[in-house]
Order: sequence, then structure tokens, then C-alpha cells
Amino acid sequence: MKEIYLDNNATTRCAPQVVEAMLPYFSEKYGNASSMHNFGGENRHAIEAARAQVAALLNAAYADEIIFTSCATESNDSVLFSAAEAFPDKKHIITTAVEHPAILEPCRVLESRGWRVDYIRVDENGRLDIEELKSLIDDKTSLVSVMWANNETGTIFPIKEVAEIAHAHGALFHTDAVQAAGKIPLDVQAAGVDFLSISAHKFHGPKGIGALYVRRGARFVPYLIGGHQEKHRRAGTENVPYIIGIGKAAELAQKRLADGSAARIAALRDRLEEGILSAVADVKVNGDTQHRVPNTTNISFGYIEGESILMYLNDFNICASSGSACTSGSLEPSHVLRAMKVPFQFAHGSIRFSLSEETTDGDIEKVLKEIPPIIERLRKISPFSRVNA
Amino acid sequence: MWDYTDKVMDHFKNPRNVGTIPNADGTGQVGSLVCGDALRLTIKVNKKNQVIEDAKFETFGCASAIASSSMLTEMVKGKTLEQAAQITNQDIADALGSLPAEKMHCSVMGMEALEAAIKSYHQGGKPVVFEQQEEKMVCRCFNVSEEAIIKAIRLNHLTTVEDVTHFTKAGGACGRCKGEIQQILDKVNGAKESAAPIQKKFDDMTLVEKIKAVEKVLEEEIRPTLNRDGGSAELVDLAGHTVKIRLVGMCSGCVNAQATIKNFIEKTLQEKLDSSLTVEQA
Repeated sequence: MKEIYLDNNATTRCAPQVVEAMLPYFSEKYGNASSMHNFGGENRHAIEAARAQVAALLNAAYADEIIFTSCATESNDSVLFSAAEAFPDKKHIITTAVEHPAILEPCRVLESRGWRVDYIRVDENGRLDIEELKSLIDDKTSLVSVMWANNETGTIFPIKEVAEIAHAHGALFHTDAVQAAGKIPLDVQAAGVDFLSISAHKFHGPKGIGALYVRRGARFVPYLIGGHQEKHRRAGTENVPYIIGIGKAAELAQKRLADGSAARIAALRDRLEEGILSAVADVKVNGDTQHRVPNTTNISFGYIEGESILMYLNDFNICASSGSACTSGSLEPSHVLRAMKVPFQFAHGSIRFSLSEETTDGDIEKVLKEIPPIIERLRKISPFSRVNA
Repeated sequence: MWDYTDKVMDHFKNPRNVGTIPNADGTGQVGSLVCGDALRLTIKVNKKNQVIEDAKFETFGCASAIASSSMLTEMVKGKTLEQAAQITNQDIADALGSLPAEKMHCSVMGMEALEAAIKSYHQGGKPVVFEQQEEKMVCRCFNVSEEAIIKAIRLNHLTTVEDVTHFTKAGGACGRCKGEIQQILDKVNGAKESAAPIQKKFDDMTLVEKIKAVEKVLEEEIRPTLNRDGGSAELVDLAGHTVKIRLVGMCSGCVNAQATIKNFIEKTLQEKLDSSLTVEQA
């Protein structure tokens, strides 16, 4: 039974064209791009071509504004610790309460080292409290970091507006665009972004490779040191096959964005969402449905628990994810849903479906067929649903 | 993906004894929507021989919570109340093959619901909600009392704070009680008593000796506890009987900073050195 893969915000299938482009760089063109011989040195050109492909996806003004990293977590860590190093007198960082742990955890480390970090709140629809940002920012703020789109709900944040506020107070602006890249058009120049993080495996590239956009002129202190690579901004021998992979994936993503596949994915997502809402009672969509990436829906099924739903979906080879406490091992439901004040009877039963261009009508119909009996079955076991039926 | 045994999956997919016994002789409830798991257990008891003739459950929770509840109903049927009362969370986990360490609290929930149901029977059948003793609450996020933690430590031979979290959920959210859990672990597992008090009277010491004495208490008595929460404390100044302390790491900016200074650091320094010492936050 082929999987019905609706967990594309967790990771995507690496496109066959991407794998094909990478393969020669393992055992044939294995030279070190820094070597003083053509065999290795030619790989330098391949790397620069990939850099141009990634720059094009982000509409960066210069290809050398792209630094290749091992993942978006590294990109995020690099920016946060760079800000701490580069602005020793501006020990204030502003981010949001709904960021990925790859932002929140380094922020907590900075707090423990004496930095002040403010976490902007969101409303019940997941919209950012811009007024709070305006009230917190001052001339001691070195960096504002706000994700472009939220991984759990798909909510898109007003990046341009936030960047303008940051710049008006002399702060730099970073965005974790991991869940936006390949899903919506990104333009770092139009949005006024100073730093941006992406990860290839979220847009049909390989795992283990990411990129960091650093605007020319933005103060940046390297995180990995010990080599001249990436113009001394990220040491370590270039991961040539994976750099080729992220380049190819960026090129394919840009083509898809141009050919209107986003609208088709959004139509499938809406069909799934409407189908569930009309077939099952006590359901709630989480997030800002007006400003949302096209592939994501986060639906809460009241009075039952998310892991149980996933286990039943797994029987039909349907892959999704949940913000429930039990799936994370953390004992608490998703910090994103809690920041949105989603009531507990809904927060524990949240399921995220994230589609891709490979999702078919048949996939959606199958999910719509299997979901209602699963929910009914679990609600029969639950001590709460009967009271509320 | 959790590593669930076939038995867990069987009891999750085909739960036994789902529902509520009408006019049950005992009803035990534990957990809540907020906590993320909850169980209602109803039992029918033969009044003559005290044998549990039937048991049914309703559970809100993950696969292991549902499986633990289902297994519990199978285990108690046919047992006398006295025999059933002996069932521990480990018995439930063993009957399921095993549970992932992070899910052991699901089996504890079963044990607690059973305890409440038996109590309910003895109180004439009125439903009993399993309650932790409020005055000795350790984990306020999940309402776990000192008593429940001590019981879990003793029953399951727990040795680390992480173990306690896996079995009781205590410390699994904000983590503020982790230091307290460690103290309970030390107490139950018989950790060494703290170092002998310093001999020379504080007022007789030279300034350097006073600083050394304060530093010694900080190092031996105070920092180890703060370290467990990722924090620490530095001696900034000492003037007369006033000690200025700076909280660093996770302790800096902690909402409980003032309580840490007064209830813990000041109290410890008073006990070890001089009862007239006061501590101020630098």
C-alpha cells in the first residue's frame, strides 16, 4: 500500500531530478572544491551555480549573499549568536512565542548569558501582535527574528512590516523561512530582510543541507570557524553533492511557484478541510486561514487525543502529525497552539495535514473516507465526548 | 514513532471493556482534559465475597493510555478488592509486555484510577476523583504531590529526575520543581546528610574568612541545587551581616528569584553561618 503522505512540513520527498543531479558528486566528481587542481577546482563552478539557484529562489541581489549550512537549525543558531557577538552593547532580541525550537532554544541560552529576549504574542488566530512589537523595540534591540510562516498552522506573518519596524529602530531583521520556501514566493529585497534561513528537505531537496541569506553589509560573525570556505563565513569543506542538491531543489521550487501549482495544492487542502468540517462535529481549524501557506491545515478534533488519531491513520498508511503532548514526549501540547490559547480539549487533539505537489485527489478522498469512523471510535472511548455530545 | 509492543497495539485497537457500568459499585476518576489524559473506571463488586465481577473504562489519551486502561480492566476482573489493591503500575506495564519509558505515567494513571474506584466502593459507590494532597504539591503544572512521587520512586526504584518525570509527569512542563524532585529522590534513596556545620563563629572571623565561609556554603549547599535548574549564584559583596548575591544562568530573571534568595539562599546561610545574616539580590 503506497503511503498517503500528508506530512510535508516535517519533510518532503527528495525529487528524483535532485538525486540525479547530486549523484555524480559522490564517487566521480569527488574533488575538494578548494584544491589547486582542475579535478577539484571544477566543483567550485558547480557550487557557484547552486548558489545562484538559491539566490534566485529568494531574489537575492547577489549570489554571494547565500551561505551554505548543514541545516536551518545551524542557519538560525548562526544568526542569533552572531547578533550576540556583533552587538555586545545591544543585549536585546525580539522574537515570537510561536517560533520553532531552533529559534527558541538558542534564545533561552542567550537569556541565560544575560541577554534580554522578548517573545511577541499572537492572537487566537495566530496573528502577530504588531503593537506589542512596537512597544518592546528600542535602540538596544540588536535583532528581530520572526518566522515567515509557522510550521504548525501555516500562518504567514507580515514580514515586510516587521522588517520596517526593526530597521526604524536600528535593529537587524532575521526570518526563519523554512516553511515558506517553495510554498510562497520569497523576495528578500522587497521584504527588506537582512538574514533568512532555509532548509532543502522542506522543498524536495535532501536532508542535511540548508542555507543562510546574509544581506551584503549586514554585520555577521561566523558560527563555525576553522577554514576559509564560504568567504570565511562558514568553515568546513563544502558538502558538494548536497549543495548541488539544494541548488537543483531551489530551481525546481521556483518553476513550480511560477506554474501555479500552489493554487492546485491550496484547492486540495481546502477540499480536505471542508470535507472534515462537514463530516465531523466538534472540529476547529487552527491558525489564520486568511494568511496561510497553501499546503497546510491544522485541525483539532475535540475531546480526543492526537496520538491515538495518528496511530489509526497509520493503519491506512496515512502520514500526518499532531501537536498533542503525547507525540512529542514533552507532556505538554504544542507551544504554538498554547500561545494561540486553543482550549485544552482541542489542543490535545490537533492534527496537521501538510500537502505537496505530489498529493492527489485520491489521497484526499481516502483521508475523508477514513477520518470520520476513526474519530467516532475514539470518542466512544473518551469520557469527555459523551458529556458534550 | 513509539516502540509499542504488539500487546499495547492490540489493547489500543481492540480495547476490552469500554464504557460505564450502570449503577456501578465503585467509580474512580483520574486526570483531566488539561493534563492530556484522563481515565474513568467503574467496577461491579460482589458484596458477599468482595470479588470484582465486572470493570469498564473510558479513557481520553494516547495509545498507551487506552491500552493501560483496557489491560487494567482485564486484570482486576475476578480478583477480590484486596487482591486488586495490590496491583501496581509495573504490573500493568508488565502485562502489556512493556511501555516506553516516557509513557510509564499511563500505567500509573491506571493504578490511581483503581485506587480511587476501590475507595469509592468503600464509601458506598459515590464516584471518587483521585486526588493528590494539595498541601504537599510538588509539580503544579500536572498536580503531582510529594506522596505520589515518593510512591513512584519506591515502587519502581527510580533514581533520576528524568525517571520521575516519565512515571509521574512531574517536572515535565515548566521544570521548576526539578530541584525539589531531586531532594525527594535524595531523601527516599538515602542520600548523605549535608556537610557538618562550620565551627568558628561568624562574628569572630576575619573578612577573608567570612568571604571564604560564605563561598563554601554557596559551593556546597546552594549551587548544586541551583545547578539542577540550570542556574547558579555569585557572591558580589559582603558588608556586615548583609550578603549581596547575583543570580545567574536560568536563575537570572526567574520569576521565583526573590523566593530563591530569601527562602533558600538566605535560610541556608543563616543555618550554616549566622542567624542574623540577610541576603540581598545584586
